[in-house]
Amino acid sequence: MTGASSTEAYEVLFSRLQAIIARLESGDLPLADSLALYEEGVALSASCQHLLDAAVLRVRELQQQDAGG
Amino acid sequence: MRLLSVAQLNTYLRELLDTDEILADIWVEGEVSNLSRPASGHCYFTLKEADTQLRAVCWRSAVARIPAMPVNGDAVLAHGRVAFYEASGQIQLYVDMIRPAGVGLLAARFAELKARLAAEGLFDPSRKRSLPPWPRRIGIVTSPTGAALQDMLTILRRRFPLAEVLLAGCQVQGVGAAESVVAALQSLYQTNVDVIIVARGGGSAEDLWTFNEEVVARAVYASPVPVVSGVGHETDTTIIDEVADLRAPTPSAAAELVTPDQVELRADLEALQAQLDETIGTMIDQRHDLLALATRNLHQLAPAARLEREQHRLHELMQRATAWIDHATALRHAQLAGLTAQLSALSPQATLARGYAIVRRTADGSVVTVPSQVATGDMIGITLRDGELEAQVRETGSAP
Repeated sequence: MTGASSTEAYEVLFSRLQAIIARLESGDLPLADSLALYEEGVALSASCQHLLDAAVLRVRELQQQDAGG
Repeated sequence: MRLLSVAQLNTYLRELLDTDEILADIWVEGEVSNLSRPASGHCYFTLKEADTQLRAVCWRSAVARIPAMPVNGDAVLAHGRVAFYEASGQIQLYVDMIRPAGVGLLAARFAELKARLAAEGLFDPSRKRSLPPWPRRIGIVTSPTGAALQDMLTILRRRFPLAEVLLAGCQVQGVGAAESVVAALQSLYQTNVDVIIVARGGGSAEDLWTFNEEVVARAVYASPVPVVSGVGHETDTTIIDEVADLRAPTPSAAAELVTPDQVELRADLEALQAQLDETIGTMIDQRHDLLALATRNLHQLAPAARLEREQHRLHELMQRATAWIDHATALRHAQLAGLTAQLSALSPQATLARGYAIVRRTADGSVVTVPSQVATGDMIGITLRDGELEAQVRETGSAP
C-alpha cells in the first residue's frame, strides 16, 4: 500500500490555495484571470474541507520480520 | 601437564577472563577501603565483604563522571569489568560508575547508563529534530493489545484523521521485551513514516524497565525520523525519554504532540477563504469605480454630446451677435440723424441766402476759389440764392 496519503493530498491543495492568494494579492492580473483564480481558490478551499470531513484514520498493522530478520 | 612461564600464564589468565561475558559488564556490591587517589587523578581502592576482598581501580576519566565518590567504609555498588592485571598478577575491577549501595541495583544501573550515554552524546539537545507539522504516516511502537494504543488512536482520529498509522506491535515488558521493541523500531525504519511514537501505559519501575535498556536507547538514537516517547505517567522518566527527539508525559500526550488539530486547520481554511473573498471583492470594487469614471468620460467625448455642446455655444454666440448688431444699428441711426442735422447746417444755401455766390468754370463746372483758376475771356457761372448768372471774365487779378 503506497501512494499519497490524505495528508499529502491536503498539503498539495492547501499550498496551491496559498499560492493563489499570494498571486491574487499581487494585484497585477487581468480581471478575467483573477476571477478564474478566485474560482479555483474557492474550489480548493472546498476540497480541503471535504478532505477533512471525509477523513478516516487509517491504521495499518506492520507485519514484523521478527527480530534479527 | 604443561610448563608455562609466569608471563605465559598471566597472559593466559588475562585472555581467559576477557572472554567471560559476565565479567565484562558487572555490578559488584561491597564496602570501600584503602581508598587512595594519587596525583595522577586515578583512584584505587579495595572492595570488601566480610573477610573477602577485591582490588578496584577507577581511571581519572571515569572519576569525572561519578557524581559522588565514596570514602572508606561506604557500602557501594561499583560497575565495571573484571580483568587480570598481568604486571602484578592480580585480578582487578576496573570501575566506571559507583553508586551508594542503598539506592538499589535498578537505580544504579539507570544512573550508570544515563551518565554513559550522556557522555557519548546520545542526549545532545542539538540533535533533537523538530516534528513534521502535518504528519503523513505516524509509526507507533507499543503493545497491540494495550489501552495506550486505543487512547492514542482516539486522539489521532479526533485531531488529524488525514494521517495514516503504521502500528509496529511489540512486547513492552518481560523477558525479550527490549529486543521486541528494537525489532518494532527497525521494521518502522524500513517504511516511509515521518514520525514515530514509542509508548507504553503506566506501570511499576520494573514494568517500564524495557525503556531503560541500552539496546532500546541505541535503537531510538538510530531513528531516521523524529521519535516521541510517551512511556508511563508524567512522573516516570526513562532513558528513551532522554534519547527521543521529544518527550511526552503519557501516550495520549504523545499523540497530541505529533498532530495538528483539525479545528485549527479548518480555522485556517476559513481565514484563507475570507482573504480570497476580500481580495476579489476589492478588485471588483476598483473595476466598478474605473468603469463609472470611464462611462462619464465616454459620454463627454460622444459626438452627439459634442454636437449639442457646440450647438449650445453657437446659439449663445448668435444671441450675443444679434444683441450686438441691434445695438450697433441703433447707434448708427443716432449718428446718422446727428450728421444730417450737421450737414444741413453746413449747406451753402444758407450762405447764398446771406448774399454770397458760388462761381464755377462753365467749361468743367469746377468751383473757382482763386483768380488764377480762370483766364480773361473764360465763361463762368454764378450761383445766387434764387438762380444762376452767366458771365465772362474781363480781367483777373490777385487776391487783395
